[in-house]
Amino acid sequence: MSNIPDDLSYTKEHEWVSGIDDGLTVTVGITAFAADSLGDVVYVQLPDVGTNVEHGDSIGEVESTKSVNEIYTPVGGEVVEVNQAVVDDPSLVNSDPYGEGWMFRVRMEGEPEDLLSPQEYTALTSGES
Amino acid sequence: MSRPTPLRDVHESLGATLTDFAGWLMPLRYGSEAAEHRAVREAAGLFDLSHMGEIFLTGPQAGEALDFALVGHLSALTPGRARYTMIVNERGGVLDDLIVYRLGDEEFMVVANASNSEKVGNELKIRAKAYDAVVEDRSDQYALIAVQGPRSQEILATLTDADLGGLKYYAGLPGLVDGRRALIARTGYTGEDGFELFVANQDAVPLWHAITAAGEPYGLKPAGLSSRDTLRLEAGMPLYGNELSAELTPFDAGLGRVVKFDKPGDFVGRSALEAVKDDTPKRRLVGLVARGRRVPRHGYPVTKDGAVVGEVTSGAPSQSLGKPIAMAYVDTGAESGLAVDIRGSHEPVDLVELPFYRRNK
Repeated sequence: MSNIPDDLSYTKEHEWVSGIDDGLTVTVGITAFAADSLGDVVYVQLPDVGTNVEHGDSIGEVESTKSVNEIYTPVGGEVVEVNQAVVDDPSLVNSDPYGEGWMFRVRMEGEPEDLLSPQEYTALTSGES
Repeated sequence: MSRPTPLRDVHESLGATLTDFAGWLMPLRYGSEAAEHRAVREAAGLFDLSHMGEIFLTGPQAGEALDFALVGHLSALTPGRARYTMIVNERGGVLDDLIVYRLGDEEFMVVANASNSEKVGNELKIRAKAYDAVVEDRSDQYALIAVQGPRSQEILATLTDADLGGLKYYAGLPGLVDGRRALIARTGYTGEDGFELFVANQDAVPLWHAITAAGEPYGLKPAGLSSRDTLRLEAGMPLYGNELSAELTPFDAGLGRVVKFDKPGDFVGRSALEAVKDDTPKRRLVGLVARGRRVPRHGYPVTKDGAVVGEVTSGAPSQSLGKPIAMAYVDTGAESGLAVDIRGSHEPVDLVELPFYRRNK
């Protein structure tokens, strides 16, 4: 059973989102379930700071030994920060997906859509594992 | 439903990620595949390869039957030795790559890839019909456990009295390992020294546990198919379905040396292969090393000045080189200024001769 913290929001694309409650800037990463499924992450590509993105856009990629997956932004707005540490050392995604393995921050415009609660995300992943 | 190997419960108890491979439920990795890869390069790894096919030929003409059925000269093989060889169709296209062990004067074991095992067994039965030899597919009776890496011999020596030191590369001998009957072969698919142990299904679990315990002080780790793939890629070893297919001859794959035209008699594919043996293939199999960090993968186009000059057959991040590597068929003569089209972006790569990695002997 993967670790699913109960103070985060989630997406069907196996991303986590924090900071939704204050409605300003959110932080996004991929879940422990996603990291475990990928295996050793070897490459992370993130958007440039200042990029304007829309909900659901593919804005980067996570590559492991066996596969490559796109990163989607779960919210629209402006990318205000990216985690250079995870670009330099992609293994942080595996070792600390909810902490040092965070990926990017977006200053939100409008309302978030289609986010899952921890309970809903738990149900989703238990159906897939 | 995928078929489990006799070791399925062991893999599950170790927390393995299991995957379907050629109709079998196989361990992809147990933890970090990079750590498993390094364990094999630096110490040892333990693999379940029970999906591989074991097809036996027995009888006075078993060697002659294989000479006709395969491209190699197997009747010339000394008992106790093994050969890497191939089975081709009438057009010379590769149906599978194989290791053939001569177990005795009148007994051979053909080890086929899981995805091709049934096809190879059926083809051998047809091709051996005119010979005094019996072909029997015993894949269901055998498990295959491999110990690969520089510490392999020390680890196995604690479990067997067999003369491992006297066992040459590509040789096999029957012996007892942890008191269980095994064919002990010095073969592998990792680019390291190592052994493959063919044992009866019911011996697989206790043998796995015995090797795990014996290997613990040496740094042995269980290793899955993911690391096996990156290990063989670094070693420049072809994988059927990637570098080899029925559309390619052994010469196309740069492996013409396995075709023994000087053996007596005809063999399936002889005339087709003789016709092409001196041709310069349009493309050749080469190594590519990426300058960037994105990984060229199976099926991606190789380009030069924007034009397609080849195709990647296998690619992965390389532990040993610290960069992404790939094998690719590239137009003969296209050697520099190459790139791989990675999802629309042309990433520069350098062409190198295979293998990427060679162990220190």
